[in-house]
Amino acid sequence: MVMATFKLWRGDRDAGRFEDYQTDITEGMVVLDAVHQIQAEQAQDLAVRWNCKAGKCGSCSAEVNGSPKLMCMTRCSDIPLDKPVSIEPMKAFPLIKDLVTDVSWNFQVKKRIKPFKPRQPDADDGTWRMAQADIDRVQEFRKCIECFLCQDVCHVLREHQMHDAFIGPRFFVYGASLEMHPLDIENRLGDLKDSDGIGYCNITKCCTKVCPEDITITDNAIIPLKERVVDEFYDPLQKLFRIFRPRG
Amino acid sequence: MAQAELTLKQHGFGQTRRRDLWWLQPLAVFAGLSTFVIYTTWAAFQGEYYAFGPYLSPLYSPELFGESSHSWFGAKPSWWPAVLPWSPAFLILWAPGGFRLTCYYYRGAYYKAFWADPPSCAVAEPRHRYLGENSFPLILQNIHRYFLYLALLFVVVLAYDVWNALWFTDAATGATSFGIGIGTLVLAANVVFLGGYTLGCHSLRHLVGGIRDRLSASPARLKAYNCVGCLNRRHMLWAWMSLCWVGFSDVYVRLCAMGIWTDLRIL
Amino acid sequence: MLNYETHEYDVLVIGAGGAGLRAAIEAAATRLSVGLVCKSLLGKAHTVMAEGGIAAALANVDQRDDWKVHFTDTMRGGQYVNNWRMAELHAKEAPACVRELEAWGALFDRTQDGRILQRNFGGHKYPRLAHVGDRTGLEMIRTLQDHGIHQGIEVHMECTVVTLLQDDGRVVGAFGYDRERGRFRVFRAKAVILATGGVGRAYKITSNSWEYTGDGHSLAYHAGADLMDMEFVQFHPTGMVWPPSVRGILVTEGVRGEGGVLRNREGRRFMFDDIPELYRNQTSDNEEEGWRYTQGDPDARRPPELLTRDHVARCIVREIKEGRGSPHDGVFLDIAWIKERLPTAEDHIRRKLPSMYHQFKQLAGIDITKEAMEVGPTTHYVMGGIRVDADTQMSNVPGLFAAGECAAGLHGANRLGGNSLSDLLVFGKRAGRYAAEFAAEHGAGTIDEAQIESTATWALRYFESNGSAPTEAENPYRVQADLQDMMQDLVGIVRTESDLRKGVEALRDLAGRAQRVTVPGNREYNAGWHTALDLRHLLTVSEAIALAALERKESRGAHFREDYPDKDENEARENIIVRKGPDGEMQVTREALPATRSDLQTVIEEMQ
Repeated sequence: MVMATFKLWRGDRDAGRFEDYQTDITEGMVVLDAVHQIQAEQAQDLAVRWNCKAGKCGSCSAEVNGSPKLMCMTRCSDIPLDKPVSIEPMKAFPLIKDLVTDVSWNFQVKKRIKPFKPRQPDADDGTWRMAQADIDRVQEFRKCIECFLCQDVCHVLREHQMHDAFIGPRFFVYGASLEMHPLDIENRLGDLKDSDGIGYCNITKCCTKVCPEDITITDNAIIPLKERVVDEFYDPLQKLFRIFRPRG
Repeated sequence: MAQAELTLKQHGFGQTRRRDLWWLQPLAVFAGLSTFVIYTTWAAFQGEYYAFGPYLSPLYSPELFGESSHSWFGAKPSWWPAVLPWSPAFLILWAPGGFRLTCYYYRGAYYKAFWADPPSCAVAEPRHRYLGENSFPLILQNIHRYFLYLALLFVVVLAYDVWNALWFTDAATGATSFGIGIGTLVLAANVVFLGGYTLGCHSLRHLVGGIRDRLSASPARLKAYNCVGCLNRRHMLWAWMSLCWVGFSDVYVRLCAMGIWTDLRIL
Repeated sequence: MLNYETHEYDVLVIGAGGAGLRAAIEAAATRLSVGLVCKSLLGKAHTVMAEGGIAAALANVDQRDDWKVHFTDTMRGGQYVNNWRMAELHAKEAPACVRELEAWGALFDRTQDGRILQRNFGGHKYPRLAHVGDRTGLEMIRTLQDHGIHQGIEVHMECTVVTLLQDDGRVVGAFGYDRERGRFRVFRAKAVILATGGVGRAYKITSNSWEYTGDGHSLAYHAGADLMDMEFVQFHPTGMVWPPSVRGILVTEGVRGEGGVLRNREGRRFMFDDIPELYRNQTSDNEEEGWRYTQGDPDARRPPELLTRDHVARCIVREIKEGRGSPHDGVFLDIAWIKERLPTAEDHIRRKLPSMYHQFKQLAGIDITKEAMEVGPTTHYVMGGIRVDADTQMSNVPGLFAAGECAAGLHGANRLGGNSLSDLLVFGKRAGRYAAEFAAEHGAGTIDEAQIESTATWALRYFESNGSAPTEAENPYRVQADLQDMMQDLVGIVRTESDLRKGVEALRDLAGRAQRVTVPGNREYNAGWHTALDLRHLLTVSEAIALAALERKESRGAHFREDYPDKDENEARENIIVRKGPDGEMQVTREALPATRSDLQTVIEEMQ
């Protein structure tokens, strides 16, 4: 058992500061356990979001020593405890209180994206046939637990605050899961180029690095979508091809 | 939503609470790419010592016009403006250069290392204004697939160079015979690395199959997509290996041509 | 004058897990206005934790499967105290509900011919669980969420309901607060659907998150609804046991479905030692046959690891008690051994059980493709809940509906894995439909201002700053932790009359302490205050569980009484009902189980 110091961000919309708390770290503890222990013993009104504590719901996103992480999946033994550990809320969203931010923008963005629209069923009983090979790609995107760490780390949102012009990595992953869905027949490429601002992504891959579900966000979702946008809007040869063969 | 007041926004270039060596990777990229660009520019301007026997430096291949025996269409063209410096490399180097410049991997890497946009993940930037690849000039990056088409041709040409590098001419008799030298292996390895890099291109992955939602219907495309995808997973590694090896290949041929290094014949 | 925001809907749904979302979608389809209130953000509900799959007799993998087999499996698994009508509806309607999810964009794993793949699971005779690796719950909630947000449903996230509002017995709304600012909210509604999930937080070792404090059970109880079968709390046999901080986190039954085996310290597959009579015909008696079953051999019988959860949990407890457990008071669950049979075992495990691989790698530093896991029982699910009409899901309080885990009946004494997700879909849909019907037929009731005032006063008195802090102020987290310890020890897997009596006594003491709880700070996102307010629900459901457990003097399914270790067919003819008496005290009564319709009885007998 070791005693560790945590610098927790305490504050609300108006003001805030780091406060030091000391707590015992026992074997196997994750950062969220330490925060809970502090909450129960020293800071009862500490605001922190969490649910499953097993890396499946994506609620406990925060920045541990400056790195965006799920607190429930960050083991204390993996971070140096000889110096105080800083824990602060995500920075791409407005603060509500302590470690809790207002992520409602994400829910508004999702609502704006054109919903799933399947083709006519393949069989008489109203069902479809899909090959596993075709859904493997989309299943990767559907692993997303909506922790919004990718949104938090993306400098277009975090640094440049372009929330009005750019939907962020999470929603490119969402867009990819719809666009590449073998049943979906909706076309979202125009939106991706214009209102969603896919051109603002400059492929720094920070989103991929922080993804707790190991979704290869940049290479498998964003870049293929960029390529599809190129097909549709920038590539004269593709445009020529399309005259002879409609998109399938 | 108006995001004007993110309560906790970090201010000031380089500010972060990250404790790891976040600057190490961009610094390494900066050093690596700078070295390569400076060396290739210097090498391209030389206009000599780029061929040695059956070997041709990849920085000069294909040699469309030039003085070596590898030239396709003869010596320096008369239409080349006299005021401009001349090197056979100038005619072709823009193509692989453009391919790398617009490559999805390199883009992300040099935006970070050279523009600090961002300097590293979750580290504050020097500028507020941001255009990304959404408008001119960086919107031109979308041309990448056209550079890919050229780059694929270059891989073929470089493979042909390896073929050429298997046939050695005896200076005394003028007879040509099959052989393998260290230089042959160097050029062959170059094709392998370049091939791995080019065939793992994101645009290629898209064009061979990614464009389709239902690939299983065409098994050949699915296979191609999976192969490209397999190389693509290590695109960064291939990019660096091929970059270093192209530079090394030029150094090797150059040192041989200058007589500083003696090429060893294995066969 | 109390300050609050008012929202008005035709149908109000409380809880946004699978059942709540499905109910809201169904109600919104009737063009009525629908409000959805949830304690967390949308899409974070416990449904995401469901791993194994959705049980539905699609017969894609084994054509012998049909609703009758599913119905019989459910009844047998529930030891015949299930509500037969619910079991019938569930088995019949689940396949359509799964196909509906696919039409909304869900991507289940596929069979060779491109249909929905189904896997084996405990207590299911044929491979029946539609699944996506081991993250089926996530797929389901995300599909419902992404579909639901386009149906015109108004969602109130991070909003907790404290009490239901009533007008002459009928439920006409709910009163609660938003977590963000602590502002009070009144929701007026013609019909209210409870879909609040379970009660796992009443126990120390649980797979449930902080939300599962039995809100729906308690809200309904205090509004006069009957609670039924509360003694049946399911302890999932395989939760993580080490390290201590992850104790209780679920290890999916899918591990055993894919061939994982349970072993004790001596390396023995102890599950072969005790196969209950009810399942003897269906269970393999040798390792070879069990392995073939997990690999899809239709002629093989299931390995004993895939017996029902209550039985597996008890066998594990026995091994531990008799000193044959693993070093950290669990047993070994080994999936790595399949590499003796499958050359590509490591890939196979990572592909079929990715989040289990991830979970153990990250939280325990164990590579499940190489080493055995240590597991032990964890509180997982409550079969009991609000007593509802099988067809409409309405409780005995007019205007109050319940669906999903907080409703009782379908699962009887023990729930089969995979039946909960299908439960959410089938009965969520039904609750939505019938609540909308009810709302269309009834006008808005009158809201009782006095009830709102008194509830608000009660809620606010927890603040220290109110000056009324008693001398022995209690910490809400402390009281909650003590309650969990007590329930784990005295009302846990193995129960006795004396323990249960001690438990009931302890609950009185805890209730007293809960009265003295105070919290610092203000109303804005104050987790201490939220914990304090939830204590009332926890105390209510804990008492209901303890009293019902005292009343049922037999061992059946998840309810195991050491002092009555056998089944008693007389006891099995009755449901145990808990309701609030006129004096405000909890009353326990018994009611005869409704007789099974004769054609269904025949189905059960034919399938013996």
